[in-house]
Amino acid sequence: MSGLLAEKIGMTQVFDKNGDRVSVTVLKAGPCTVVTMKTREKDGYRAVQLGFCEQKEKRVTKPYAGHFKKKNLPIARYLKEFRTKSDQYTQGDLLTVAFLQAGDVIDVQGVSKGKGFQGVIKRHHFGGMPASHGVSLSHRAPGSIGQRTWPGKVFKGKRMPGRMGYEKVTTKNLKVFAIEPEQNLLLVKGAVPGANHSLILVYPKGNEIEKRFLEGKQKANKSEEKVETQAKEQV
Amino acid sequence: MNAIQLIEQKYGSKHKVNFRAGDTVKVHVKIKEGEKERVQIFEGVVIKIHNAGMRTSFTVRKISYGVGVERVFPLHSPSVNKLELISSGKVRRAKLYYMRERFGRQARIETIERDDSLAQGTTQAEPAQSEPTNP
Repeated sequence: MSGLLAEKIGMTQVFDKNGDRVSVTVLKAGPCTVVTMKTREKDGYRAVQLGFCEQKEKRVTKPYAGHFKKKNLPIARYLKEFRTKSDQYTQGDLLTVAFLQAGDVIDVQGVSKGKGFQGVIKRHHFGGMPASHGVSLSHRAPGSIGQRTWPGKVFKGKRMPGRMGYEKVTTKNLKVFAIEPEQNLLLVKGAVPGANHSLILVYPKGNEIEKRFLEGKQKANKSEEKVETQAKEQV
Repeated sequence: MNAIQLIEQKYGSKHKVNFRAGDTVKVHVKIKEGEKERVQIFEGVVIKIHNAGMRTSFTVRKISYGVGVERVFPLHSPSVNKLELISSGKVRRAKLYYMRERFGRQARIETIERDDSLAQGTTQAEPAQSEPTNP
């Protein structure tokens, strides 16, 4: 199934129908252009390559710009692939937030804020040591990191202090609170990983968005055909 | 206008803070009782206004049957149906916590005629509260 590329704008609070306060994250989602399709025959897997956010030509490399120019599409700042089962996408298709609805469930993926070098309490939620009862200078220390002469080593993967954050984080099962199709805005209930203005990948759950999109596309195609036939008749 | 402001304007209420600490206001609150919805009026002195964008709230204090009652209203909550400014009070502080220690005649606030753009009386919430769009 396909997805959307989005920019995290920030968070705010709104009231829902019952008058309950809801924390929402505002995302600027889409419009994303279908730049290429990856096919099973040619590439071994099916996916759509989506471009998001326009970019000046001088800011990108020539090969990158050529990728778009060849197809006569605007140069996108971000280019990401989404796996899909459908092969009904065509180059130049626009994926927008309008294919989502309030109440839809989505997964979002972003790069979390970097936290720097952190200890085990913040990084791995260790309990730390007592504040008193003879503990000195090691209240936030990790404690024992191994056994005795045997095995005589610290096992790989032992949770220790280190760099935290700035990694890919997926938050699953967030609800769509509302959409603003005119501004391409998506209001998601709850928090979304990453800093403001960072790139967010939106994966709608189920094949609904895809279905809705393809249905909408078929309608659009039909109306186009009608226009064409009318034009022909007039000729 | 940025996207956040746009959202806040759309989903926030149409009420404005047209009162100050020390003013007496009537707050019409929607109350749900099972299926039914009715409006209750809470009248008292504003002892605190917390200005914080969408989180803006104000605290109203009244003496009910000899017992001090305070209620905090989120300004943007759809349950605040109507806001009426009854009278303006002469006070020298922004937060009137000292009212909690005062009873009877001590708890009186001198009313004044305030003639500025702030005081414009009632604001009524739009009947159709903006709901999540569902195209």
